[in-house]
Amino acid sequence: METKRSTFNNRLLPYLLLAPQLIITLVFFIWPAGQAIKSSFEREDPFGMSTVFVGLTHYKRLFLDPNYLQSLMTTAVFAVSVTVISMGLGLLFAVAVDRLARSAKVYTTLLVWPYAVAPVIAGILWFFLFNNTTGILPYYLASLGIRWDHTLNPTHAMILLIIAAAWKQISYNFLFFLAGLQSVPQSLMEAAAIDGSGPIKRFFTISLPLLSPTTFFLFIINVNYTMFDTFSIVDATTQGGPAQSTNILVYKVYQDGYLGLNLGSSAAQSVVLMLIVVVLTVIQFRFVERRVQY
Amino acid sequence: MIQKLILAAAALALSATTSLAATEITWWHAMGGELGQKLEEVAKTFNASQSDYVVTPVYKGTYPETLTAAIAAFRANQQPAIVQVFEVGTGTMMAAKGAVYPVYKLMADQGEPFDTKSFLTPVTGYYSDTDGNILSFPFNSSTPIMYYNKDVFKKAGLDPEVAPKTWAEVEEFSKKIVSSGAAKCGFTSAWITWVQTENLSAIHDKPFGSLDNGFGGFDTEFEFNGPLQVKHWANLKTWSDEGLFQYGGPVGGDDAATKFYAQECAITMNSSAGRAGVIKNAKDFTPGFAQLPYYKDEIQEPKNSIIGGATLWVLNGKDDATYKGVAKFFSYLSKPEVQADWHQYTGYLPITNAAYELGQSQGYYEKNPGSDIAIKQITRGTPSANSKGVRFGNFTQVRKVVDEEFQALLSGTKDAQQALDSAVTRGNDLLREFQAAN
Repeated sequence: METKRSTFNNRLLPYLLLAPQLIITLVFFIWPAGQAIKSSFEREDPFGMSTVFVGLTHYKRLFLDPNYLQSLMTTAVFAVSVTVISMGLGLLFAVAVDRLARSAKVYTTLLVWPYAVAPVIAGILWFFLFNNTTGILPYYLASLGIRWDHTLNPTHAMILLIIAAAWKQISYNFLFFLAGLQSVPQSLMEAAAIDGSGPIKRFFTISLPLLSPTTFFLFIINVNYTMFDTFSIVDATTQGGPAQSTNILVYKVYQDGYLGLNLGSSAAQSVVLMLIVVVLTVIQFRFVERRVQY
Repeated sequence: MIQKLILAAAALALSATTSLAATEITWWHAMGGELGQKLEEVAKTFNASQSDYVVTPVYKGTYPETLTAAIAAFRANQQPAIVQVFEVGTGTMMAAKGAVYPVYKLMADQGEPFDTKSFLTPVTGYYSDTDGNILSFPFNSSTPIMYYNKDVFKKAGLDPEVAPKTWAEVEEFSKKIVSSGAAKCGFTSAWITWVQTENLSAIHDKPFGSLDNGFGGFDTEFEFNGPLQVKHWANLKTWSDEGLFQYGGPVGGDDAATKFYAQECAITMNSSAGRAGVIKNAKDFTPGFAQLPYYKDEIQEPKNSIIGGATLWVLNGKDDATYKGVAKFFSYLSKPEVQADWHQYTGYLPITNAAYELGQSQGYYEKNPGSDIAIKQITRGTPSANSKGVRFGNFTQVRKVVDEEFQALLSGTKDAQQALDSAVTRGNDLLREFQAAN
């Protein structure tokens, strides 16, 4: 395949144009990531007075630590639940709004609202709603015979966290799905309708396959969201508790590094987290993308 | 816009002139709410009392946040002159020899009087090195006490002037309170780690860890999974299941205060520094104050409770003028009238004997019954190696581990023995890590 070549008169100009992006990547990603890799092989006291090279000690210890392995599991449960729920509901709402003629704009605006809420605020909001002394939801749940207590019940804590994290992300998924649905050619839908297929059949045989690039894109975005951006939600609601049952990887990095001042182990954990996301993304692009119809 | 710029420039110029005239001393602290306002007032009064130095207090969030912020700042060479570090961070700070300017040395270098003997012994014991030198300036020390709701006691048919003395009485009173419907729950507690584990051990003269609770060196191991602690945790679990006890949450247990203020729980156990908050928030009821309960069959004469709260650490890397000011500021803080005012307003212990005596001569303790509960409790009996305090590295994390295991106990995944055993094992790993890093 022949690619189009752009020519620059000045040999430095292309680099100069690239520089802002490159500098940002270097300063805010490559350099800190390099630092993290370096300190994951070291043991250092909190004040940075003495640093000893310890090789793979931190990594070995991590994978022998039942708490860390549990945190891996917790993260998997959390990431899958949030992704499935927020994408499922996002799609559902998008389909519903897509069918509306006049009020679509109003619903779109309303549905996008939560995305404007900062994660930490979303966390606090749900924390208050579910607070078992002052919250409204436990009050109603009590009349159903459920004694809500996310400070002690690991399942409750996880549900709270998933709801808070998914709620915020639904808007984002909704917007993309709606845009995807609206770009489905009307002619295809009409042709199928004339051939006698109902709305449900049309959705599954036409809309959904045509949405696959959007779905694929959202899948990556959502996994990254649950892996990294949910930190503040955890911090505002459960703080990883009770008994580490909601201690997802990104929060554990913070707790061990920032609160525990165990910088070496924390660095090792963030390297592992980085690797997980890299591997996931590679898998997605290599294997899942092949089946996506653009 | 331009007006705003001019205003900003003017503000900048103003602050520049004041900092030219006086040496600025930055003080990072972790006192929010009523305590924070009082602290700002203390700094303001000091600034007004002389013109050479300006102490600028900066609120940095919770205790752990303040500590980590100071450490991060130190690594970036942006450290404040003074940082308030909670007692849990003492092990970490003491190990950081190059980063800390020991207070006894600072005061000697600057020629400020600093008499260790003028301080209360439990306080100095906690913050001294093995040679008896005070490394950080004791500012706000507290000890846990019991708060109770006199109105609820009355409603339950109990004598509002009689607080439960033993755990058996706590159970008995709680049963009456719950069954009479006077309140939803008998008691709650802030700081499960500090109050129901560390202080429990000290009061009953049981070791929390080997080598004199860690005072003897880094080679220490935890021992808080003994019969007494197991019994107490098992009781708390039973009482929680029976609805007599409600969990106040991890770390400081913020829900405990809420439950007490909302009259949901009739009794709470919390730092003596919770007093200011209790007095402010107990609008619809009369609060009572008492010493922590103990197990009568475990000890006849309960030992002193141990301290919490925080001290002020001076960080290295500042100029001599700043240190001169820090020393002057510490001298100011040691003054009986400053100490007594801080102590009486907040509920923290009077750090010096003189401040306590001043309060006595002012008749403060007679006018405010219950205000000397904490000091009486911390000075009762002869301190033993088990009641001197605790000093461990990585202790912030250890406390987190204890909290987690307590949650596992309450949620029913572990029994008391399993939970405490697991806390000890995990805690010991953290101690070994600390030992290796220092």
